[in-house]
Amino acid sequence: MAAAPTEIAKLLVRGGLLPRLTWAALAGAAAELAGLGLIAAAAWLIARAAQQPELAALTVAIVAVRAFAITKGIFRYGERLTGHDVALRAQSEVRGRLYDALVPARADRRGGDVLSRMVGDADAVQDLLVRVLLPALAALVTGVVAVVLSLALLPSAGAVLTVGLVVAGILVPLSTAAAARRAAVRLAPARGELAERSADLIHGAPDLMAYGASERALSAASEVGARLGRLERSAARVSGAGLAASMLVQGLTVVGVALLAIGAGVGQVATAVLALTSLVAFEPVLPLAAAGERFAGIGTALGRLRSVLATPPALREPERPAAMPPTPLTVEIDDIRVRHRPEGPPALDGVSLRLAPGRRTALIGPSGAGKSTLLAALMRFLDPESGSIRINGVDIAELSGDDVRAGIRGLTQDAYVFHASLRDNLRLAGPEATEAELTEAVRRARLLPFVERTGWETVMGGDGATMSGGQRQRLALARVLLADPAVVVLDEPTEALDSETADRLLDDLLTATEGRTTLMVTHRLHGLDRVDEIVVLDAGRVVQRGSHDDLLAAPGYYRDLWESERLTARHDA
Amino acid sequence: MHKDLVRLARGRHLYVCLLAAVAAGLLVLVQAELLAGLLSGAPLIVQGAALAGVLATVIASRAGLVWIQGVFAARTATALKLTLRNRLLAHLHRQAPGGGADRRSGELVTLTGRGLDSLDPYITGYLPQAAVAAVIPVAVLIRLTVADLATAVIVLLTLPLIPIFGALVGWQTKVATERQWHALTRLGGHFLDVVQGLPTLRVFGRARHQATVIRSVADAHRSATMATLRIAFLSSLVLELVATLSLALVAVPVGLRLLAGSLDLHTALLVLILAPEAYVPLRVLGLRFHAAMEGVAAADQAFAALAPSSGGEQPGDTAPGSGQPAAAVTPRIGRAYGESAATGVPPEPGRIRFEAVTVRFPGRAEPALDEVHLAVEPGECVALVGPSGAGKSTLLHLLLGFARPAEGRILIDGVDLAALAEDRWRRELAFVPQNPHLFATTIAENIRLGSPDAPLDAVREAAVAAHADEFVSRLPHGYDTELGERGLGLSAGQRQRIALARAFLRDAPILLLDEPTARLDGRSEAAVVDAARKLTRGRTSLIVAHRPAILGIADRIVRVDQGRIVTAAPGPADSPLLRSM
Repeated sequence: MAAAPTEIAKLLVRGGLLPRLTWAALAGAAAELAGLGLIAAAAWLIARAAQQPELAALTVAIVAVRAFAITKGIFRYGERLTGHDVALRAQSEVRGRLYDALVPARADRRGGDVLSRMVGDADAVQDLLVRVLLPALAALVTGVVAVVLSLALLPSAGAVLTVGLVVAGILVPLSTAAAARRAAVRLAPARGELAERSADLIHGAPDLMAYGASERALSAASEVGARLGRLERSAARVSGAGLAASMLVQGLTVVGVALLAIGAGVGQVATAVLALTSLVAFEPVLPLAAAGERFAGIGTALGRLRSVLATPPALREPERPAAMPPTPLTVEIDDIRVRHRPEGPPALDGVSLRLAPGRRTALIGPSGAGKSTLLAALMRFLDPESGSIRINGVDIAELSGDDVRAGIRGLTQDAYVFHASLRDNLRLAGPEATEAELTEAVRRARLLPFVERTGWETVMGGDGATMSGGQRQRLALARVLLADPAVVVLDEPTEALDSETADRLLDDLLTATEGRTTLMVTHRLHGLDRVDEIVVLDAGRVVQRGSHDDLLAAPGYYRDLWESERLTARHDA
Repeated sequence: MHKDLVRLARGRHLYVCLLAAVAAGLLVLVQAELLAGLLSGAPLIVQGAALAGVLATVIASRAGLVWIQGVFAARTATALKLTLRNRLLAHLHRQAPGGGADRRSGELVTLTGRGLDSLDPYITGYLPQAAVAAVIPVAVLIRLTVADLATAVIVLLTLPLIPIFGALVGWQTKVATERQWHALTRLGGHFLDVVQGLPTLRVFGRARHQATVIRSVADAHRSATMATLRIAFLSSLVLELVATLSLALVAVPVGLRLLAGSLDLHTALLVLILAPEAYVPLRVLGLRFHAAMEGVAAADQAFAALAPSSGGEQPGDTAPGSGQPAAAVTPRIGRAYGESAATGVPPEPGRIRFEAVTVRFPGRAEPALDEVHLAVEPGECVALVGPSGAGKSTLLHLLLGFARPAEGRILIDGVDLAALAEDRWRRELAFVPQNPHLFATTIAENIRLGSPDAPLDAVREAAVAAHADEFVSRLPHGYDTELGERGLGLSAGQRQRIALARAFLRDAPILLLDEPTARLDGRSEAAVVDAARKLTRGRTSLIVAHRPAILGIADRIVRVDQGRIVTAAPGPADSPLLRSM
């Protein structure tokens, strides 16, 4: 948190944003100074005019009043434009850096809400610049100029003004920031709990109503809401005190300066200028109390962001990657052990597997058996703790991840449909592909009717056209066929599909991968009589392996699952 | 002014807040008066140090009023949010099982939390400032009129320029902003989209390439935003110019009149200090208005969700038990937990009759159920099969009170269901939904959902019967394991077994199961089927099913298609009906 300012400074320097930021700060300061000048010149004009000098003595002041009046607004306009421009540039820089940090494979899977919070955190930089840094800089310049002016007119008044500005501009914002941080520590869990209770009430409504637990759940949520309200009220008492304190300091400083000026007998002109300059010097300082509060929230966001940026990638890329062996590829997995957490149980515990060219292997087992982990290790998304994976004899630890995945890739569980045209969604798997190749890929994935109905240019995902689960998986399959890797991996291609769709897709998958080196993770046994080897994993170990007929002959997980599925299969018969 | 919102916020705390805000604004006038007196040395009631003392007191009072305003604004806002949130939650909760809320439910949860929090700037910022803006400029004008008519006229003529220009420029900006808005959100959303799709990009080796795309899209985003801001900030430029130029318009003639001796210094200083105060409240109001817009949008969303017209007539809209002929004719109502233990003699099951029941859902021409006749004998287990959308779940929802018949009636032991008090009738039911919700609390509390006072032994016994104990007892914290987002995640099969344990513990005479084995692998399915078999024993049961294994426990299989019952055949799995499926 304390390092946030240096992080930001580094960011601004690297992004070449300092000159623009300086211009924005200067424009902001100029606007505040014009305001200060306006009131000082007006005060001087009026107090001097009261002494009834020649008109010529007033002309400079009259011109100054008018000039300041016009320039203030123009400077302010300039500040806001350059300030927002810098903020948007900084935001793009932060997003770029966040993306660069996320690109290397990571072992942890992040949910969509975590990602969207992360994106929100990256945007906090914008807030920091526009709402905290630039106003603070403008206030600082204005304060210094006002103090210098006062010191020149009456040193004691300058000293009083300095004290007042330091209290209202530094001490009060620091304490509101600290108070806001303290409040956030208590508010955040209460907000989280409330969101949880609300989600329970809405998502769990049938359960609650059926079991007569609605009233209990509603009053529990109301109680959490009331507790949150109490916390918010106590936070408001503190932040209200911050603003009130700043205003009190402003008023007392002005009175003090006026009394000192009158006492010192500097004359009515100087007294008026001193007092009114002090009054206006506080204008940019008063909002800093609220900026301090905001800074607390921004600091938390930046802290989270920093920890993301600082997290080292899950695996080391070799410094000088070896050359990828030429196809056909034989992959040998030899006794690998993988742990997701150092102290946790192994997800894979001594698994060996050989993928020979043209052979198809199915990987089955209960959830949590380590099937997806094995695929991740194969695609070099994580490093095994021990054991090795070799491609044509070359250890994949010596290859770059991108090279490995050029040879071994396929359909992952998190196949994503981008908010882009159907064509672009497919083309990411083959940027150089011709029209004919694109069409061939969707045809073989049996997605052609959908594509013809929807159109290649239709935007998918987000607020665009939607795809059913089956269509999504077929798009993912088309991507794999287009990319045409030497080794195809398929991770639960029929997950979340109804049984009819699932079996049709499996048939198509098996036809499409005929003669290709394939490793398929599945929880449905339909069509597995067509693969060369079936490997059953349980708790990170291989418990059974063999052909479909071999496994049916022996009692075990495979036969149990087959029996149960045969019962289900009557459904379609 | 948001009428619904203000009506809801009205109350002592809001009035104190508004009064404090206005009083603090009026003290600015007093402060200006005293400061002008102090600086000019003009004869006031008190002078010199005494005058300074009075001024300091006024300043301190103003600071105090500002604090009071903040405190009471927060009280108003928190009370308003609590009321609105409780209403929303109760309403959304009652509507949720009626269906339709699924797709938007995440959005609604956000609305009850962060959405309502965005009301704060409206209540604590905009409303008090609106009161200040209504009173203070007028008060300043009156004081200026008394002090110096010429200045008052200048202020009076320029003051309306702020709202006029504000509206004009604001309107212009709105057109430009709206034109840009759609493009902006798409560009802004692009980054999240790419980050979410990163695993896919990695697999296809496109992750690095996207880094340059992200930067170029961000640049496009920036130029588009800046084009909008250049216009949007014109409004503040104009408002700022009106205020500063008016000050110049006031100050210069005042100076010249001082020179001519037709004005005294005290009045001149008063005018100089006071004139800007006429413009400040309106400009601040403009700023607060923009900050409050998000809250207005949230309020609209909240009141729309609460509106009775949303989603048509919902059966749950009346408070549970209210407005019903609460004849307590349900048999065996008021059974406390333990009256019949899970393993003891099962309670006497009820007889259910659907008589020509038709159900219609708003916005759909075809009835969900069309004159359905179905009788379920006490202790009988009936499986409902048929394609999805046929109306199977609707039959269960009728019994649960999540849906109401448009025509026809449902008899429970000869008594019309509509005549039964809903909450008491539901005590006769145990329900396992298709996708049971596990609450963010311990496993034991999750099983206790329908029997909050059940002792742990009974919880464990129910879990054993539901085949849940075998995995729960292996967890390090056993039945005290916390579930939910921050706790443990369970597999689909484990969730079903927890839900079945709930039903065992509830020990109700009527059992409703909605596709209890959907999405389960073979082994979990076997465990759930076995538990369901035990659970249906001696209870009147209705099971929506589409996997053969669960059909094996039914006495009778009923096929539902397009809202009608098409065949009924004796079960179980070897029936000709099943083979024909």
